[in-house]
Amino acid sequence: MKDYIIKVENLVKRFSELVAVDNISFCVEQGELFGFLGPNGAGKTTTINILCTLTKPSSGRALIDGLDVVRQQSQVRQLIGLVFQDPSLDERLSGLQNLRFHALVYSVPASVREQRIEQLLKMVELWDKRHNKVQTYSGGMKRRLELARGLLHHPKVLFLDEPTLGLDPQTRNRIWEYVLELRQREGTTIFLTTHYMDEAEKADRIAIIDYGKLIAIDTPGKLKKVVSKDVISLKTDDNARAAEEIKVRYQIEARHDGDGLCFEVNNGEEFLPIFLKEFSTKILNVSLRRPSLDDVFLKLTGREIREEEVNDQFKTMVRQHGRRMRR
Amino acid sequence: MNHLRGVYTIWYRDILRFWHDKMRMISSITFPLLFLFVFGSGLSARMGVLGPGIDFTQFIFPGIIGMTVLMSSFMAGVSVVWDREFGFLKEVLVAPISRASVAVGKTLGSATVALLQGLLILLFAPLIGVSFTASTLLVLLPLMFLLAVSLGSLGVLLATRIRSMEAFQATMQMLMFPMVFLSGAFFPLQGLPAWMNIMVKFNPATYGIAPIRQIILGTDPNLSYSYNINLFGQTLTVWNEVAILAIFGVIVILLAMWSFSNQE
Ligand SMILES: Nc1ncnc2c1ncn2[C@@H]1O[C@H](COP(=O)(O)OP(=O)(O)O)[C@@H](O)[C@H]1O
Ligand SMILES: [Mg+2]
Repeated sequence: MKDYIIKVENLVKRFSELVAVDNISFCVEQGELFGFLGPNGAGKTTTINILCTLTKPSSGRALIDGLDVVRQQSQVRQLIGLVFQDPSLDERLSGLQNLRFHALVYSVPASVREQRIEQLLKMVELWDKRHNKVQTYSGGMKRRLELARGLLHHPKVLFLDEPTLGLDPQTRNRIWEYVLELRQREGTTIFLTTHYMDEAEKADRIAIIDYGKLIAIDTPGKLKKVVSKDVISLKTDDNARAAEEIKVRYQIEARHDGDGLCFEVNNGEEFLPIFLKEFSTKILNVSLRRPSLDDVFLKLTGREIREEEVNDQFKTMVRQHGRRMRR
Repeated sequence: MNHLRGVYTIWYRDILRFWHDKMRMISSITFPLLFLFVFGSGLSARMGVLGPGIDFTQFIFPGIIGMTVLMSSFMAGVSVVWDREFGFLKEVLVAPISRASVAVGKTLGSATVALLQGLLILLFAPLIGVSFTASTLLVLLPLMFLLAVSLGSLGVLLATRIRSMEAFQATMQMLMFPMVFLSGAFFPLQGLPAWMNIMVKFNPATYGIAPIRQIILGTDPNLSYSYNINLFGQTLTVWNEVAILAIFGVIVILLAMWSFSNQE
């Protein structure tokens, strides 16, 4: 039997009526980059909170490196590093002081402490700002500092809860570079949640979660084979009529996608020229693409994961703003 | 070992934060000093003597010290709620240190600050004609610390159950002001109306302020006089009062440690 670093068995978490995590089981191998993909409110953060000992499960169990997250909390805590979805820095202290606090709490030996802090702060490009109070950092800088902090005690498993949420594309890329570099250098197991499809594709394996239920778990490549076909998207001047024609002509059920339609075919390159020639509804534009995880999600749940994104970023903004005002 | 490290790191951070925040130091002693000089000067002439050669300003001076310590020690709870509000508490709760030690560290951190502020007020003693010796100070320091720890852990205990900043601040106002005003900080404990007498005797702060007053004002042989509490027809000694305060403190800090460990 393989040695799994994370083992989750029939995990359930109820908040009174609501079942936030609904009987989930999965395993993560040592050194794996494991992605948890799902829309807002799917239960990703709740699962992470259980794994990192912050929340007690209603039933089921979870082991990190063979240690039970309920009964062996303090050993588990020493093994894991975290970057939370919401900020968790001491804004009144400097970046350096935040890291020193962390080093003390995790008993990083004094002999290597300063050297490690310097190395990490240089990696996330905050060395020059180390004496500034965290209050003065931008959102991206705070995230990078949290990442450095999460790595300071050399955790065996690093949990990243939506590490790039609300960040600009450049900062997102930067954070991904660190994560991938870290994995290559240290072989750290990384457990990541996201609702960005393009980020999930970087994982070795993905678990798709929706309404607290695990609906699929596999490599990105294999998951895409669920859709197995190429996707044709088109816009017409009468989508309802076009959908009807597709159904009659090819026996394919087209889906509404934004203000257009999309449907799947086996061999897109050969199908498209024929389709364009014989289709009678007026086509405004058309495109052909390989299936993405978006399509997988759509296929498995019947919903688009992207819909919530804008809304979600707005909420984050309001929340951060609200905090600032209250201070 | 794990526990000591936890207490130390949490304590250290709160001190560090306090050090960065010099305004808090100044603002938290202006209010008590205002009380001392405005009330003292305004009322001294009318109040006459409240002990052998002790005027009103001198009488409330130990009370003001007690009030400063009490209000400042409550910051332990504010600091917990604050950390929760700004997310830092999560960093602390997933760390490999015991939660009970976090509760103790928070209490000791604010108690240290409270002690410092109490000492700052004490520096004004010569201005109002109160003198004390080094040995008085040696007794006074642990007593002030005990008062700060007892009430600080009450703050931490409340903070584990009252989650929002607004609700916590409202609770604090509701608790802190009655505690200060019904502690004998500003008036002698003799001859109070019955209802007030009961509330004063139930107030743990009373058992910190009476001994502070006794030690500052009543130990000089020339001025010897009892400011102690009368309970069930018996006049307590300083040691009795300290014991009662200590018992209260131990119970509350144990509750705070337990409650902190059992929160989500
Ligand atoms: N402490 C809580 N009390 C009640 N409901 C909660 C709590 N935490 C999360 N939930 C609910 O559980 C569900 C899953 O939330 P969460 O795990 O944060 O989702 P995700 O991280 O995937 O966006 C949501 O419906 C959320 O409202
Ligand atoms: Mg989440």
